[in-house]
Amino acid sequence: MIATAIAFYLFAAITVAAGFMVIAARNPVHSVLFLILAFFNAAALFVLMGAEFLALILVIVYVGAVAVLFLFVVMMLDVDFSELRQGFLQYLPVGALVGIILLIELLLVVGAWVISPEAAGIAAAPAPAIADVDNTRALGQIIYTKYVYLFQAAGLILLVAMIGAIVLTLRHKPNVKRQVIANQVARKREDAVELKKVEPGQGL
Amino acid sequence: MTDILVAYGIPLAIIVAQSLALIVAILLVTAYVLLADRKIWAAVQLRRGPNVVGAFGLLQSFADLLKFVFKEVVVPAGSNKGVFLIAPLVTVTLALSGWAVIPLDAKMVISDINVGILYIFAISSLGVYGVIMAGWASNSKYPFLSALRAAAQMVSYEVSIGFVIVCVLMTAGTLNLSEIVESQKTIWYVIPHLPMFVIFFVSALAETNRPPFDLVEAESELVAGFMVEYSSTTYMMFMLGEYVSILLMCAMTTILFLGGWLPPVDIAPFNWIPGVVWFLIKVFAVFFMFAMVKAFVPRYRYDQLMRLGWKVFLPISLFWVVLTAGVLVGFDLV
Repeated sequence: MIATAIAFYLFAAITVAAGFMVIAARNPVHSVLFLILAFFNAAALFVLMGAEFLALILVIVYVGAVAVLFLFVVMMLDVDFSELRQGFLQYLPVGALVGIILLIELLLVVGAWVISPEAAGIAAAPAPAIADVDNTRALGQIIYTKYVYLFQAAGLILLVAMIGAIVLTLRHKPNVKRQVIANQVARKREDAVELKKVEPGQGL
Repeated sequence: MTDILVAYGIPLAIIVAQSLALIVAILLVTAYVLLADRKIWAAVQLRRGPNVVGAFGLLQSFADLLKFVFKEVVVPAGSNKGVFLIAPLVTVTLALSGWAVIPLDAKMVISDINVGILYIFAISSLGVYGVIMAGWASNSKYPFLSALRAAAQMVSYEVSIGFVIVCVLMTAGTLNLSEIVESQKTIWYVIPHLPMFVIFFVSALAETNRPPFDLVEAESELVAGFMVEYSSTTYMMFMLGEYVSILLMCAMTTILFLGGWLPPVDIAPFNWIPGVVWFLIKVFAVFFMFAMVKAFVPRYRYDQLMRLGWKVFLPISLFWVVLTAGVLVGFDLV
């Protein structure tokens, strides 16, 4: 067990330190890189708990896709963050208020199970025993059988969000030339080239 | 104290020894694969290729290694030094770490984890960080453009690779790489999943920045892309990482579609040959295709690359996922 404990404290310490550096780093790109380090170590913590599927999904989705796009945007913005930090303290009350609200909400969510034990009964599905199935199969069984309607609803909400983002950013500009691959492929020699016999001294 | 040493020390020593042996083997294979790549390319263009160092140029890669190592590492003054030096390390480390779960033969794998295929997918999706970090930290225009291209390209092709993997693992019914290979005893997945094999191969080319999708390092537009500011050992690490991840992709193609270490037919002369030999033969066959594509397909334009990924591969692979699931459930093959 001692190896697990050492591994846990190592990964947990790096996660917390990287999380701190995300807000402490002067350079925004460094912040994102520390965020990636934090994600990575959080994934390692999942592995220690035996949730290897969640760990790898965390790496694939957050590190492999979300953080890449995040880094992409931050790299392109040429923001001087030391200048932005000038009036940093004046936002402190608002920030603190948001933080306190989030903390209270989190405490309520976690505390609800303690205050009313029946709340846990509503949420819990009969989880298959760890010994019987690996956790990929267990997650699949719960999501796609017991909670299939909620899962579909979550999918629909994401779809609406995606369509919303497209509607907000899509602009139809007139006079934009678009490449239509089918037209190019369907083009024949006769449409493009015309051979003419030119008599000497006559011109066309 | 001795209990702890016995309980953890011995397994740790075994894992370290196995990993070192695998890394040395991969690096040796990479050296010759690099030479093979240059030789094949030369042969297509009716040239000799490297032929001076050693017989037939067999020691060329090692000569290159020495040359790279003994040169000076130049760090540009305007660069972001930490990130600049970490980037090549990230590339090499990620490329090598993917090999931890690749089964070379039955039971011949360092870590036979349940979610091996997801692990490989995760590792290969992280490969883009080496390129992005290098491009940004160089603080120079060409590398930066290259980093932006890399980010868009790799994220695009990962999506279709993901769907191809979903098709294969639905058919196999497992995420474990050894079990995926075992499930191909009756038929290699290249036959029922032929369109997915093609998509996976082309996406693997795009994922590893090989020609015709090497827009990240297109020398006619971006000189050497994200590697412009790198010299000597750091440059060599990028090249090494690139070739190791190409080999990893070849191994993935072999495992997912070509039956891994299984012989083509399970009868007398074929199943005398050890599985690891079959595995290597298949990997090299796939690499030969990689090398031939590099030699005779002209480079794509960037918008064509994006169109191919999002408008051609993504719909086809999505359709194939639905079709595979339908066939498996409809014919009760699950």
